[in-house]
Amino acid sequence: MKMVIKRTLTASFVTLSLISAFSVLADQGKGLELAKLRKQADSGWQDSQATLTMELKNAAGDTSLRKLRIKSLEVNNDGDKGLTIFDTPRDVKGTAFLNHSHAVKPDDQWLYLPALKRVKRIASRNKSGPFMGSEFAYEDLSSFELEKYTFNFIEETTLDGQSVYLVEQVPVDRYSGYTKQRVWLAKSHYQPLKVEFYDRKNALLKTLELKGYQKYLDKIWRANTLVMNNVQTQKATTLTTTKLVFKTGLQVNDFNKASLKRAR
Amino acid sequence: MDDLWHRRILNYPKTWIVICLIFIATAAIGAGNLYFRGDYQIFFDDTNTQLYEYQKIESIFNKSDLISIVMAPKQGDIFTPQTLGLIRELTEQAWQVPYSSRVDSIANYQHTFAEQDDLIVLDLIPPELTFTANDIADVKQVALSEPALRQSLVSDSGKVAVINITVQLPEADNTEKMVEVKDYVNSLVASYQANHPDIEFHQAGIVAMNYAFMLSSQDDFATLVPAMLLLVMIFLGIALRSIAAVAYTLIIIIGAVLATLGLAGWFGFFLSTPTVNVPTMILTIAVADCVHMLASVRHHMRQGQTKQQAIAKSLEQNWLPITITSITTALGFILMNSLDVPVIRDLGNLSALGVLLAGLLSLTMLPAMLSVLPFKVKPKSNTHNTDRYDRFALWVINHNKVLGISALLVVIGSAFSITQNQINDEAVKYFSTQNEFRQAADFMAENISGMSSLSVAIDSGNEQGVSSPEFVTMLGKATDWMREQPEIHHVQSLADTLKRLNKNMHGDDPQYYALPQDQALSAQYLLLYEMSLPYGLDLNNQLNLDKSSLKLQLTIDNLGSKEMVELESRLRVWFEHNAPQYSVMISSPTLMFAHIGERNMQSMLQSLPMALLLISVLLVFSLRSLRLGLISLIPNMIPAVIGFGIWGLYSGEINLGLSVVVTLTLGIVVDDTVHFLSKYQRARKLGQDAQQAIRYAFITVGRALVVTSAVLVAGFALLGTSDFRLNSDMGQLSALVIFIALIVDFILLPCVLLWFDKQQYAQAKNTNEAHLAIDTNTPQTNS
Repeated sequence: MKMVIKRTLTASFVTLSLISAFSVLADQGKGLELAKLRKQADSGWQDSQATLTMELKNAAGDTSLRKLRIKSLEVNNDGDKGLTIFDTPRDVKGTAFLNHSHAVKPDDQWLYLPALKRVKRIASRNKSGPFMGSEFAYEDLSSFELEKYTFNFIEETTLDGQSVYLVEQVPVDRYSGYTKQRVWLAKSHYQPLKVEFYDRKNALLKTLELKGYQKYLDKIWRANTLVMNNVQTQKATTLTTTKLVFKTGLQVNDFNKASLKRAR
Repeated sequence: MDDLWHRRILNYPKTWIVICLIFIATAAIGAGNLYFRGDYQIFFDDTNTQLYEYQKIESIFNKSDLISIVMAPKQGDIFTPQTLGLIRELTEQAWQVPYSSRVDSIANYQHTFAEQDDLIVLDLIPPELTFTANDIADVKQVALSEPALRQSLVSDSGKVAVINITVQLPEADNTEKMVEVKDYVNSLVASYQANHPDIEFHQAGIVAMNYAFMLSSQDDFATLVPAMLLLVMIFLGIALRSIAAVAYTLIIIIGAVLATLGLAGWFGFFLSTPTVNVPTMILTIAVADCVHMLASVRHHMRQGQTKQQAIAKSLEQNWLPITITSITTALGFILMNSLDVPVIRDLGNLSALGVLLAGLLSLTMLPAMLSVLPFKVKPKSNTHNTDRYDRFALWVINHNKVLGISALLVVIGSAFSITQNQINDEAVKYFSTQNEFRQAADFMAENISGMSSLSVAIDSGNEQGVSSPEFVTMLGKATDWMREQPEIHHVQSLADTLKRLNKNMHGDDPQYYALPQDQALSAQYLLLYEMSLPYGLDLNNQLNLDKSSLKLQLTIDNLGSKEMVELESRLRVWFEHNAPQYSVMISSPTLMFAHIGERNMQSMLQSLPMALLLISVLLVFSLRSLRLGLISLIPNMIPAVIGFGIWGLYSGEINLGLSVVVTLTLGIVVDDTVHFLSKYQRARKLGQDAQQAIRYAFITVGRALVVTSAVLVAGFALLGTSDFRLNSDMGQLSALVIFIALIVDFILLPCVLLWFDKQQYAQAKNTNEAHLAIDTNTPQTNS
């Protein structure tokens, strides 16, 4: 009698774990599939030029404003290329940052310092530090690539009345500042509406809300307001796109070391 | 009215017991709301200048609650593959500490260097480093030369390494979260200690200090309260020689403690290092009320009265003295409200509440219990003892000139020796040398740096103002000047980062290890640097949002409060002379403690005349005699004078805990005076002269005073054994003062009465008690 029960228990346990193993596999498959759809939906824009403002806010409510422009070039089968030009604060006006992002290996980064009139390559594996003292890390702003994460589909749900997929993505790079991100992708256009960032001890660090989605080129959906809240320090950063134009005719040679000095 | 009240108690004792029990139980439920607060902020008001500046600095820059792991290999060198590997491993592990937002060590220090036009940013001990002899030499060279690291994360000697973990504790349930952090670090360190017995580990930082505060409260609570109860039982057993009396007294005093703690919970109080001693205080003081009641009941029963008669008589005789002594004692505690330390005010208010409750219970529930429950007395005479007190009285009377003058000399000597006392509040020294935190502090002081810190925030007044050449030059000078100060062990300064970057950007040419003199260049260096840093190692702890303000973090010797305040003013003077255009804030927990002692003592001295006045008025009122009221000032004031005089010779250090001793003991020593003078007065009113009245007072209350003083001295002496110096110093000095008060009451007070109270008492013959004619051979002995 006892044996039978034990055997039944064992059998059901094995079945259960098999089922759950399958569902994990299935979830990983579905996660990757959704990530692919996300990447696909955001491709074919070729290049873009954007004007942005970044508002930093601390726990006490003080704010500080930064203005910048970002030129981007879509690169197939590798990370995109980007050129960031800082307009304010005044002291860093004209400082330009060039990055060739890569899926797995560290990004190539150069900085032009007008006060020094030199281009410097930054050899750093760090991508988790704050971007211009904001709550955005460099890695939060770099292009989305499938190779950077492993994915896991969690559930279909709703977020503020919109149907969404909740996907968990785990960074592959050990130099990432995160253990995982939870991403809410809109069912309508597969772009994220909300992201939660978990720090190294797997505690919630930041939440990003993406608002004001607009359609460009009849197919590309971009949010014009990104609000990053640090739940641990109560600091926040709002990144607002004031102008965004696609297909402006930028070429690869607009994104090399020489182009940095020319950048205005 | 009083008669009616007494009869109500005695006619319906069971109802009264039930009422009291219901009250105690209802109140006690509130104890569930009590919680511990272990942080150091509880010692400061929100309006405290230093706390305000500190909180402001914290809100402008990131909060900097730190817990540090200190590692010292026993072979005396951290620059070995094994230890460096361990530092790297532990640094990595430290990110798992709950609420951690930043980890700094020599392992993850962001080392920058140039290779042609490349700026390379790397961990000083990167994950793949294999520790060849060359690697180690490089790491050592950087670690011991980089101003950001030397004397902060690694000792000059290369013997000690430190890992700093910054935590962001949420506001709510701060103490609970702090314990979570400390527990995690404890187990982390314990596991590493087990695997590496050849390395000495310590923990430091504000989190460790807060934890030590909390632990010492809990230790005090767990050891002192039971010890006090035991002491009370032993003492009562000896004094009352009745198990029933001991049991009833315990019920009353435990009831008073429970009700007080419960009400404290209902009123939203919390427990902390000082308030955790409220039970001990109440236990100590409340015993006296019960002793007076029980002794008097026993006395009347021995005189042949029935139990009920004896209780009634005892109530009638004791309700006024118990009420008055409860009020004066409570007053002493309530006067702590003038002090600048919130938790000490809490201690005062809760103890006052407890003393009043104990007084109330001993006038209601105690007689009710005695009336219903068994209480037997063996008829036994005590004439031998009373003889002894009479002989002592005669001896004092006969030698009053010699005794009085010697007492006067002692007082004068003490007044001089009081000047030997110096106010000193040093949080580290609050803990005994047995304490783990104190040991860590001492170890660090010996091997790397003090544990004290100062945050200096400089506001340029303009956005991006910290990069202006003017500001940068000032910063460089300030940093250099601070490093020359002997008390300052380490300065974390952006000046070092800017110099280093300037050098890096010029191909590591040492000539360029200098501050950039161009606003845009400094700003662009910072932008570049910030972009290359990893998570948690940013500059937000040194620069504010719009880069208008900058923070310098100083590590300094564990200074006494005087030296600390002196250093602060030296810093302020430097900034006034060299940077008058910038506004500067200087603060730290250490500085808060350095200031609070002085201010607290001032408040205490200001409140003292008020305390004396209030208590004297009470005495004048209760004795209905201005002259005796004035005379009572002498035995009430002098014990504290002598006590602090002796303290000046014995210790000479006055901390927060001691500032309460004067008012606290004043409220208690008054009781003895009240008992003595009321008996003395009674005799005088019956027509006796001062000598006879003194003898009468000795015979009637001498033993009771010795016995109650003994329990008070024992109780406070017990508090004096606390590991926590605020409590132990308070206990020791209070015990001393109460002991001296007894001697003063027994020696100086009779002398003063003999000298100044020679007049006949007016009402002598027409009082209606006259026919009772005092018979010194059969007095009430309260024994």
